[in-house]
Amino acid sequence: MSAVLTCKNIEVSFDGFKAVDGVDLELARGEVHFLIGPNGAGKTTLVDAVTGLAPYAGSVVKDGEELRGKKVHHIARKGIGRTFQTAAVFEHLTVAQNLDIAAGAGRSALSLLRRRRRLPAVVVDTMDRIGLRDAADTPAGTLAHGQKQWLEIGMLLVGDADVLLLDEPIAGMGHDERDTTGRLLHDIAADRAVAVVEHDMDFMRAFADRVTVLHAGAVLASGSVDEVAADPRVQEVYLGTAKEAADAARA
Amino acid sequence: MSTRLPGSERTPMTRFLDTRLGTWTGFAAAALVLFGLAPLVLSGFRLGLLAQFLCYAIVAVGIGLAWGRGGMLTLGQGVFFGMGAYLMAMHLKMADARFEGGPGAVPDFMELAGIRELPAYWAPFASPVFTVAAILVLPTAFAVLLGLAVFKRRVKGAYFAILSQALAGAFAILLIGQQSLGGFNGLSRFRYFFGFTLADPANQRMLYFIAAAVLLAVVAVSLQLRRSRYGELLVAVRDAEERVRFLGYDAANVKVVAYAAAALFAAVAGAVFVPIVGIISPASIGIVPSIMFLLGVAIGGRASLVGPVVGALVVAWAQTALSEQFPSAWTYAQGLLFILVIALLPGGLASAAALTKRFRTKPTPVEAAA
Repeated sequence: MSAVLTCKNIEVSFDGFKAVDGVDLELARGEVHFLIGPNGAGKTTLVDAVTGLAPYAGSVVKDGEELRGKKVHHIARKGIGRTFQTAAVFEHLTVAQNLDIAAGAGRSALSLLRRRRRLPAVVVDTMDRIGLRDAADTPAGTLAHGQKQWLEIGMLLVGDADVLLLDEPIAGMGHDERDTTGRLLHDIAADRAVAVVEHDMDFMRAFADRVTVLHAGAVLASGSVDEVAADPRVQEVYLGTAKEAADAARA
Repeated sequence: MSTRLPGSERTPMTRFLDTRLGTWTGFAAAALVLFGLAPLVLSGFRLGLLAQFLCYAIVAVGIGLAWGRGGMLTLGQGVFFGMGAYLMAMHLKMADARFEGGPGAVPDFMELAGIRELPAYWAPFASPVFTVAAILVLPTAFAVLLGLAVFKRRVKGAYFAILSQALAGAFAILLIGQQSLGGFNGLSRFRYFFGFTLADPANQRMLYFIAAAVLLAVVAVSLQLRRSRYGELLVAVRDAEERVRFLGYDAANVKVVAYAAAALFAAVAGAVFVPIVGIISPASIGIVPSIMFLLGVAIGGRASLVGPVVGALVVAWAQTALSEQFPSAWTYAQGLLFILVIALLPGGLASAAALTKRFRTKPTPVEAAA
């Protein structure tokens, strides 16, 4: 295992409140790495920090290069791609256009000013991979919820990202779609590092190679699914929230 | 669920116009009307009015690009229109003075104002080449700098609209204070245009042809931008700017290009406007004219290619026709029209044709991808 992305001692504060408080995280090629934790644990904030959206203290290094302080689009060009909790595809453009844009961040001004004569091979291949070849000319806004998430993942693949940070990719999906998504994640993780922020424990157990549990902005435990599940502190956090939920329901 | 911005729906007509043959047919038809039909049926006076309206249409094409495709509510295009117009007007005044008073003569309005010495910044505008270059470069460069300053800081939406409108207001006030630019009265009474006398109807007709040619050229440039990969990227920035950043693009640069193109179009329109109308003053470039530019685009359909042109022509014509007969009522009619279009037809007139199709489901054709 070799780490592609190394986060050291990440701290994110909002007006004095530490949303992320000293998190270390390593993402390795070939692994689907789940980030789990109760609401407010700092999972999404951590992703925001790595992708340049939230200022932080600490260090994020990819391929030997420090990313802290770089702009969002520079970080994206370094091969770090992310998705959002609510799918953010370009609704007025077709699936093919969405992917073509995602594939084109390195294009010259001249090629941008020309009309697209044919789709790049990588776009066509990716449409096959995410199962949207038949929807190539469909406006992305009319896709089903799950298809939008796949399109978003596809947009990261054509953009040549080798670190993928996916924020709740299966939220709102049906059972079959979840399975398809899980297999897709393993497929693309073959030569990439994939991190998944997720609440769904069944999905996590089925598809995680490695799990990091965040709680109150800090890493509570990290390891394989079994190791993490056996950790008493993790049990306490999750039982605690379950108990609170039960209490709340009773009240 | 709405799949396209109103005004860009597919109808058999727009689908045909999208093909290569359709594009040429469209341009040929427009050229036939502008260069053949209009000069044939319109009197010299009417043709002059149409030429003036075509200048507004050129501005509208730029607004359609920046606002309709790029989502930038450019409420201050009067700034760029005014820059182009004043740069051209300065050259015309200089040329007139040289022609009639010999070298060293100052333009007539300066003499009246008691300015005996030509201000240094006027001198280069004696050169036609310098003037044309300045019209093409200065407003565009200003738009690039302004755009970078604004869009890099992620100023957008209503804030951008207010900022650009305030700029138009400030620009007009600045000009009113400049006695060496004619102050409140602006620059007028031009006699020659690059050596041709403006009083000659044949030359006036030529000016109309220039405006028509510029309009067609600007529409062609806009069409190419829309159909290019850049055009798709611009729409992507309009719809989800943040997302575009996460794909590795600097969204600000994408916006600056469309903003600068719109500024260039407006500047060229202003430069052509001056010899046609014969006067440029702060009153034709401030906040109200800037809103007028926008009004036509909104009514015609901001996201479509031809909508802004048609809208600009209709609004300008209606203003001329109605304000003659009902000088006080026109302003209200204008406001009412704006409200009706925004409320009932947000895509403008261009979306009216597609309204009938809105409730029909249409099959999605799947083309061979590569």
